[in-house]
Amino acid sequence: MARLGMAIDTRKCVGCMDCVVACKTENDVPEGFNRDWIRYEYQGEWPTLRLEIRSERCNHCDEPPCVSCCPTGASHVHPFGAVVLVDKDECIGCKACVASCPYDARFIHPDGYADKCTFCIHRVEQGLQPACVAVCPTRCMYFGDLDDAHSEVSRLLASRKHHSLLPGAGTEPRIFYLE
Amino acid sequence: MSELYSTAHSAITDPSLHAWGPEIPVYLFLGGFTAGIMVLSGWALWQGRRNQRAHATFSLASSGLFTLGLGAISLGMLALFLDLSHKAYVWRLYLTMKPWSPMSWGAWILLLVYPVLLAGVLLDPPRWLLRFAPALDALWRRLADDGRVRRSTGFVSITTGVALGIYTGILLSALGARPLWSSALLGPLFLVSGLSTSAAFAHWASPEPAEREQMAWLDNLFLTIELGLLGSLLIGLLSSTEAHAEAARLLLGGPYTAVFWVGVVGLGILLPLVIQSLAVTGRVAHTPIAPVLVILGGLALRFVIVYAGQYSHWPRV
Repeated sequence: MARLGMAIDTRKCVGCMDCVVACKTENDVPEGFNRDWIRYEYQGEWPTLRLEIRSERCNHCDEPPCVSCCPTGASHVHPFGAVVLVDKDECIGCKACVASCPYDARFIHPDGYADKCTFCIHRVEQGLQPACVAVCPTRCMYFGDLDDAHSEVSRLLASRKHHSLLPGAGTEPRIFYLE
Repeated sequence: MSELYSTAHSAITDPSLHAWGPEIPVYLFLGGFTAGIMVLSGWALWQGRRNQRAHATFSLASSGLFTLGLGAISLGMLALFLDLSHKAYVWRLYLTMKPWSPMSWGAWILLLVYPVLLAGVLLDPPRWLLRFAPALDALWRRLADDGRVRRSTGFVSITTGVALGIYTGILLSALGARPLWSSALLGPLFLVSGLSTSAAFAHWASPEPAEREQMAWLDNLFLTIELGLLGSLLIGLLSSTEAHAEAARLLLGGPYTAVFWVGVVGLGILLPLVIQSLAVTGRVAHTPIAPVLVILGGLALRFVIVYAGQYSHWPRV
């Protein structure tokens, strides 16, 4: 089984938010909510400041707490690419998954069910890239199978220094930020 | 210097998580209260105690407390239901069993709670029930005189009550993304708090003077254990990662300090502990003041833990 993941080059990302707009358009994300967003992290003291711009979303963790805490199985790991998804017809809206996510990647859709990034699985199953990856004007996002040593994303992770978010939370996220 | 600017915009998670409103602490409180009733009344049945009056009362072996438990857990489940945002799908809880989900366990435990509470009621049926269903009278006499039935019901009531009480804490502690909740002590803490509030109620409402005395003494024991568990919880958090220490500081100088130390510890534990200690040593009369404080303190504990827990988070930079 493939294990889909993403590498995002923080040296190329300019925070233009095209990925955010593409996601909202592709997935009809309701007004006032986001499946992906941009974070600008400033570190250091003047004049040696460092800025990292990150396009963030659900990390489709290898150890997803949202899946283990879900009482109905609505949050599940999809066989295709081990993508973490929500079945809205099984979700009762208990919000345990929202509280369990250390990345605050989930929200409650106005229709009542938990919602989040799906890696655009409807596109990926057709051989397309997720909408955010496809529209990125700086080509800073790479998407592919982390278990395939020859995939572009695996080669980048093997050759470039990178980090993931909140590694101490123990969720084994599958989105990596190239430094 | 470390600064974070985010374009994320979700009403439920930004700037801090507020997934759960007052319904959840109310549910956790009522669940703990019912759990306490099941343990204490189950213990009375196990010991072979009988209702000494001709009518149902709030003494431990009478149906009054079991009936109150039925009402409390039903109200709690109503609060839980009101919190769901996809209500029409609630039945999905009972189509599966997810062993790693405390909420799934809880859903099934809640289903067990009802027949056990009902069995407790039927061992001492209230008059109105006998009038409504006279056939119960003969059944009651047969069951009530059978020591094995009483002991078995008591045992099942105790075990189900312990499971219910611990579950209300584990429900939160399984959500490791919120550092304040990330402690195995929450289960025992909520169980002991539930026992304490139900003992306080029995201390207040039982018609038997000896039982009231016993409940006051027992409540002092529960309050002392609760104080120890709260201290251990804070020490455990402070000696863990920075995220956990930061979560503990929400109660130690942070925004939830006043309500925690004044409402939960001061008025909810220490003051009633002093009053009840004086009462059991005969220096003051038993009054409803201490039990009411304990019950309100138990409610405040759930509010503080649920709200401060949602406020706590892993460092984002």
